[in-house]
Amino acid sequence: MILTKKSMTTHHLQPEMWVDLYADYLFNYAVARVSDAEIAKDLVQETFFAGLKSAKNYKGTAAERTWLIAILKRKVIDHYRKINSKKGKAEVRINYSLNSDSDGDWLEEQVADPYSLRENDAIENEELGLAIQECISKLPKKQSLVFKMKTIQGISTEDICKELKINPSNLWVMVHRARAALMGCLNENWFKI
Amino acid sequence: MISCEEAAIICNKTQYKEASFLEKMKLELHILFCRACAGFSRKNQKLTVLCEKAQLRSLSEEDKLRMKNELKKHI
Repeated sequence: MILTKKSMTTHHLQPEMWVDLYADYLFNYAVARVSDAEIAKDLVQETFFAGLKSAKNYKGTAAERTWLIAILKRKVIDHYRKINSKKGKAEVRINYSLNSDSDGDWLEEQVADPYSLRENDAIENEELGLAIQECISKLPKKQSLVFKMKTIQGISTEDICKELKINPSNLWVMVHRARAALMGCLNENWFKI
Repeated sequence: MISCEEAAIICNKTQYKEASFLEKMKLELHILFCRACAGFSRKNQKLTVLCEKAQLRSLSEEDKLRMKNELKKHI
């Protein structure tokens, strides 16, 4: 009875896997929005808690990760509400120009260059980051660990070998498998241009 | 002449700027004659660029362990 109840409430969710599977993905999503690693970390943790708490509402229609992202979105909004709730902080002042108090006539002068190719860079880079994180999360545990230490954290080969108790040729084989898998996993579109 | 396996390893080392000058020469020579490795090398280089562009961030293993423990308490 207890067993059936438990499997009912979790409904395909695997909370014990959440940190390994989604923590980095959610962290990247959060850090792009609050631009503070500590706050982003807290938001991810809160998202996991909230996910657990409302696990019984999970109907299994969305993928687990999509569902967690939806919760995280709420958390990000709540975060901004909280820091904005102090009186006066929410006030937004708009000047003609950021750098001067002068009044101008033409709003057109302020419009972004429509021919700029860099306009969508930030959005595109975030999409790219999430796509890469998703692919990394599909790698075997050890490979993803080695790849992240080497590529994201930039730890030296020597230090990784010491920490994971492997030899350099082991490490390079794992890096190779990880990179080959990522090349296959990432959408071809990213490799064009 | 080096094998394709060796070439791939050197190519990966190059992505992290850890290939020696001699290794790089060997790789360049291999690539001249091996189309498969030339393709792999190009794609690998692109992957490095993509990873840099994406400004990837990740939580440290300690952070994740702490998260797991916190989560366990609530499961």
